[in-house]
Amino acid sequence: MSYNVGSNPYVTEEQRIYAQWLGVGWKTGFVIMVLFFLLYISGALPPYIPLDQVDKYWAMSAPEYLKSAQLHTGWSWIYLIDRGDFLNFGGIAFLAIITSICFLRLLPEFIRQKDKIFTTIVVLETIILSLAASGILVVGH
Amino acid sequence: MHCKKIYFILGILILVLLYTDFTLAADGAVTQPIEQENMPWWVWALALFVVSFLLGIVAVLGGVGGGVLFVPIVSGFFFPFHLDFVRGAGLLVALAGALAAGPGLLKSGMANLRLAMPLALIASTSAIIGAIMGLALKPQIIQLCLGITILAIVFLMWKAKKSERPDVPVADPISTALSIHGIYYDAASKKEIDWKVHRTPIALGLFIIIGIMAGMFGLGAGWANVPVLNLVMGAPLKVSVATSKFMLSIVDTSAAWVYINQGAIMAVIAIPSILGIMMGSLIGVRLLTRVNAAVVRKVVLLMLLFAGGRALMKGIGM
Repeated sequence: MSYNVGSNPYVTEEQRIYAQWLGVGWKTGFVIMVLFFLLYISGALPPYIPLDQVDKYWAMSAPEYLKSAQLHTGWSWIYLIDRGDFLNFGGIAFLAIITSICFLRLLPEFIRQKDKIFTTIVVLETIILSLAASGILVVGH
Repeated sequence: MHCKKIYFILGILILVLLYTDFTLAADGAVTQPIEQENMPWWVWALALFVVSFLLGIVAVLGGVGGGVLFVPIVSGFFFPFHLDFVRGAGLLVALAGALAAGPGLLKSGMANLRLAMPLALIASTSAIIGAIMGLALKPQIIQLCLGITILAIVFLMWKAKKSERPDVPVADPISTALSIHGIYYDAASKKEIDWKVHRTPIALGLFIIIGIMAGMFGLGAGWANVPVLNLVMGAPLKVSVATSKFMLSIVDTSAAWVYINQGAIMAVIAIPSILGIMMGSLIGVRLLTRVNAAVVRKVVLLMLLFAGGRALMKGIGM
């Protein structure tokens, strides 16, 4: 554990790095999310489900919605990324991937510090988040 | 004067929530009255943005996360969205808030990375299990459990004591091995506060339960994180609150992925909610010094009490 004397003396170097990457990631994600949503609701990019028909789906359960709209689970939305509604999934996925990026950035820090416990925690957390993101965990009502 | 205006807005919000009532269908979806069926999509999206914006203000002033207010209120009243989409949006709301707050909390030294990481590993793993369970169970069962959980949160928030700086005589072996300790500068007392923690194994066990509940209900979990960090582990209150908020960015990420992959996210519901809560939170932070936090906290408890009771009634089919 090393402290960064240059800025806040109470903050460790790995914590400062994590904060820096999280800050850049969050702001980027927020801008992407707003832009994509504007493209969606302005009609600049035609959606897969027309906006005047979304109310037919939002009262359904997720499995019913997928079935009715002929959609699939997992990363299948990536094939519809050129549609306004699913373009927004790009922004949402970016938000959900920021933590994994920050953890991966910490890995060389903990290896350099020869901190085996936190190196293991970073690896395990990255595996857990990757497993969740993979879409292989399938459920249904 | 400012306080009166704020209380007036809060009062209006509560009245809207109390008196706007729709009938719950047997499958958990909401039956829309005929005159509501022709309402254009943008009215709902705008209404969701406005309600989320108000909830964002109230959440900051009441000292709770956005998710814990968002899910019971949006699923319980007014809106026609299925619980699956509300929980998915709730998780993203909590995630977005935690991501935004994280950098500042970490840089200030209030949130502690080494305290958060082991606990978040346990909680994020169990949040996946919770999310899978939540999407597999019938909406009525989820509503019932949600109602019980929200009422338990009200009780916890009402009764639980907080300790500014708990006494930790000796750090436990696990926290020592993990180097979980720190120093922060307390501007109020103008002193450096040196802290360490104990009872780490018990906390790790409790975070399994917290993670499952966070994933299952899409609530975020600050309401449970803080008491465990503060009262069980003995972390100072300020460190507990900040670390809890930062932890949500890790824990809710894993659960959010399950909801994304299961199709429980609709952009037209999720994005206005996230933007509304975020903008409301910014306003809430500015109002924080001008309002009576104790009164707002009572308002939040009342809102949660009503929302929890309503979810419970839906769960038992009333």
